[in-house]
Amino acid sequence: MTNIPDTPGKRTGDEGWALSIQGLTVSYGAQAVVFSVDWRVPRESMSVIVGPNGAGKSTLLKAMLGIIPAVSGEVRIFGQPFASQRDRIAYVPQRASVDWDFPASVFDVVAMGQYRELGWWRRRRAQHRAHVLECLERVGMRDFADRQIGQLSGGQRQRVFMARALAQRADIYVLDEPFAGVDAATERALVEVLRSVVREGATVLCVHHDLATVTEYFQHVLLLNVRRIAAGPVHEVFTEALLQETYGGRLTALQLARMPDQARPTPSETPLAKVS
Amino acid sequence: MGLEFIQLSLVPLLVAILASIICALPGNFLLLRRQSLMGDAVSHVVLPGVVGAFVMTGSLSTVPMMLGAAIAAVIAIALIETIRRLGKVEPGAAMGVVFTALFALGVLWLELSRSSSVHLDVEHVLYGNLENLIWLDAQGWDALIDPQALAGLPAALPRLLALLLVVAVSLAVLWRALVAGTFDPAFAASVGAKPGLTGMTLLVIVALAAVAAFEAVGAIIVVAMFICPAAGARLMTNRLGPQIAWSIAFAVAAALLGYVSAALLPTWLGLAHTVSAAGMIPVVGGLLLLLAAWAGPCRSAIQD
Amino acid sequence: MNALFEALLMQAGFNTALVCIGAALLGAAAGGVGTFILLRRRSLASDAAGHATLPGLTAAFIIMAWLTGDGRWMPALMVGAAISAGLGLAAVHALAARTRLPEEAAIGAVLSVFFGAGVVLMTVVQVIGTGGQAGIATYLLGSAAGMLRHEAALIAAMAFATAVAAFLLRRPLTMLCFDEDFAAMNGVAVRWIDLALSALLLAVVVTGLKVVGLVLSVALSIIPPVAARFWTNRVHHMVIVAAAIGATGGYVGAAVSSAAHNLPTGAVIVLTLFTLFIVSLLFAPARGLLAGVWRHQVFRRRVHRRQGLLALARGEAIYDGFTLRVLRSAGWIRRDGVPTQTGRRAAREAARDEALWALHRQRQPGDGAFRYYHRVMPIRAVLPPDVVRDLERQFDLADVAAAREPRRGA
Repeated sequence: MTNIPDTPGKRTGDEGWALSIQGLTVSYGAQAVVFSVDWRVPRESMSVIVGPNGAGKSTLLKAMLGIIPAVSGEVRIFGQPFASQRDRIAYVPQRASVDWDFPASVFDVVAMGQYRELGWWRRRRAQHRAHVLECLERVGMRDFADRQIGQLSGGQRQRVFMARALAQRADIYVLDEPFAGVDAATERALVEVLRSVVREGATVLCVHHDLATVTEYFQHVLLLNVRRIAAGPVHEVFTEALLQETYGGRLTALQLARMPDQARPTPSETPLAKVS
Repeated sequence: MGLEFIQLSLVPLLVAILASIICALPGNFLLLRRQSLMGDAVSHVVLPGVVGAFVMTGSLSTVPMMLGAAIAAVIAIALIETIRRLGKVEPGAAMGVVFTALFALGVLWLELSRSSSVHLDVEHVLYGNLENLIWLDAQGWDALIDPQALAGLPAALPRLLALLLVVAVSLAVLWRALVAGTFDPAFAASVGAKPGLTGMTLLVIVALAAVAAFEAVGAIIVVAMFICPAAGARLMTNRLGPQIAWSIAFAVAAALLGYVSAALLPTWLGLAHTVSAAGMIPVVGGLLLLLAAWAGPCRSAIQD
Repeated sequence: MNALFEALLMQAGFNTALVCIGAALLGAAAGGVGTFILLRRRSLASDAAGHATLPGLTAAFIIMAWLTGDGRWMPALMVGAAISAGLGLAAVHALAARTRLPEEAAIGAVLSVFFGAGVVLMTVVQVIGTGGQAGIATYLLGSAAGMLRHEAALIAAMAFATAVAAFLLRRPLTMLCFDEDFAAMNGVAVRWIDLALSALLLAVVVTGLKVVGLVLSVALSIIPPVAARFWTNRVHHMVIVAAAIGATGGYVGAAVSSAAHNLPTGAVIVLTLFTLFIVSLLFAPARGLLAGVWRHQVFRRRVHRRQGLLALARGEAIYDGFTLRVLRSAGWIRRDGVPTQTGRRAAREAARDEALWALHRQRQPGDGAFRYYHRVMPIRAVLPPDVVRDLERQFDLADVAAAREPRRGA
């Protein structure tokens, strides 16, 4: 048995998956922030990455999208190498990197989502403008189109960023903590937008912080704490034992109790180190 | 006033105004990106680039100078980034190390390669060269359309006109990527707007603008041209388009009023001597900024 | 060349020796004060202070020339410089605090506008015509060669006094740099100490005017501390290393510039400091570039070895070229990719190690030892032997169900 394949670099069997990561490792200095993660995200699903602070969730997203370099590993989109499929992905980063003082209106921000389509030279025509307004309509921000972005609340800003992602007409939406710091009404509205996007054939992948809503919103989950703890359908993998393992035993009884009844799994004895 | 004005003051005045506009345009983006001090750094680091071009080609012609400036800027930026990452120091400190060292290199190199045939010495680097931009071939206002007189025009003027075109076109091309990259760099990277490359290109444009303004006002005062008009404009409006327009207005005003009050006003008032125009332009620019800080409609810090 | 060695070895006369010592003391003071300024994140404010001295300098010259006929009396020039630099720093603060402009824009604006005002005053000096403009020009880029004995003595004395003052204030300054709120709660009068730091900065700038010049004076406060950063993480050590680097740069720069009269002292000093900086950047063992690259390569190899062995244990195909090379060079696979005897053993070890870590994670989820897990270190090297034995016992009991045979057929 040899470990070198006949046609190196040409793996087959990944086309059925929207996203396929193999052996991804990202380091900061001499410490792994993400180590040897394997995961496959099914098409037309709502998938989520869950883990404690410092678990490498945002880092994993950024390495997946090629924004930061990886020490090792490979990423495939619909079975193809990542580089060729970049324009099918829309990324909604955490709001931390944004310069809120920048003189831009809500319309301007959503229009930035058309960058791939327009490049630096194509004129923005009426149909492009109309699409921007449509996306704003879908998130309920049509009336705020001329407002300065810095004058909006946290929830309103997040709606605008969702509209920006919609403007990209993507097949995969990757969102980093989309509901952090957002009011309940906005959260409901955005979840509905994500569900509608999945109904239209796209795939959604989120990093999510609120364990109480994971089973309600998502179908597939990756439990991450630097290494992959477990991954699979939510009802199989989202168990108390695995969660405790992921969160380093720091989940309190209160947090577990807050999860809705049908969502809270029965504590079970799980076998060692799940590898698929 | 006519003949003396055309021969001695027209070209310096136009050069000062053009240099002001050329610097104010990218200065807007430097300010928004909180990189105004990169404008300071770049103005200093172009010196060894210019000296290098001069040493290698023996003359001060446009293309080698611009090329030298661009190369020096790129090297400096790479050095600054390296130092910032490796030393984990604040960007200001990394900038300080690089621009002082490169400026010192330029000064030394200049001293060691002094040539009496070409007009480039440390004084010009520090205060500019406005008063030497005389146009003796002009005999009247009709010299503006006389090809023979125009041949004797100091090279700085057509150079700045060309550069204004280059800077304006470059910014127009970079506009969308620059806006996206400044507002949300993580997002911009994900849509291929290459925020890193865009930022670098902006700084190269700043280097070219700095070289142009060099001969007007010198390496240090050019910083005022990058910052004061844009800063004043920022305090007047919340929208990007009007901000650019305001910055051009402030730039022209500073150059015009500065030059007039330094070089022309004393003579009109009957005084025997004039003062430095290169010095007066930033002073007026500073006063205009102060005015905007006192009375501008958008001057106060936003409460988030 | 001879002149240079004479100057370096203090053989070139009392004047030159005094200038070199003064420059060394200045470098040490600037390095020390600069460390606190760097830690307080105010490095580029020094640039504003340096350039803002010009109008005060020139105004003092004009006043002295009007009063006594000769404007070049250094103490008066220093006082004028200090006043306008102080006004400049106050202006930076006011602009940043009262408008939406970021502090760095305020620094740049003050730096260049004040400098411009100084240039205007310089042309006024030219008009007065006492040959003063040449005198003032030496303050722009520094001139050790042209220094008079009493000037050098004054500079040495001021530098020494500044260094002593910084030393006396080192504890409150250190506390302030670490954590402003903590310092305040522990009795440090934050505003006064901040003011003292600004005063120390002004002293350094003003003392260095004739040595390194106002355009480059900021370098003396920034380059030594940033270079010292690569050698150490601790504040006390950083101050000492920065002072040493500053002193060396000052001394060598002043010596070289005394021997070669046409080279501006400021430029020579700055380039000397920069050379020391590059050496620190590349070769310092704590945080230097070469040391970092080496450490990263070591880590990368470790990651690929572990991932390769785990893949072997699971019978998976390996595509990554670097992983294959690493496995080959360790003798764990043959050229054609078939694992060797030692390779198979190593793979089993690696799989067992991963499994033991996983078991430990289940039983002791919050253990701080996981830091080492993430550095890809084997469990035996991290946990005490009895804990490891215990885990092994538990693992072997569960082994029958959970342990995998390497799958046949990739």
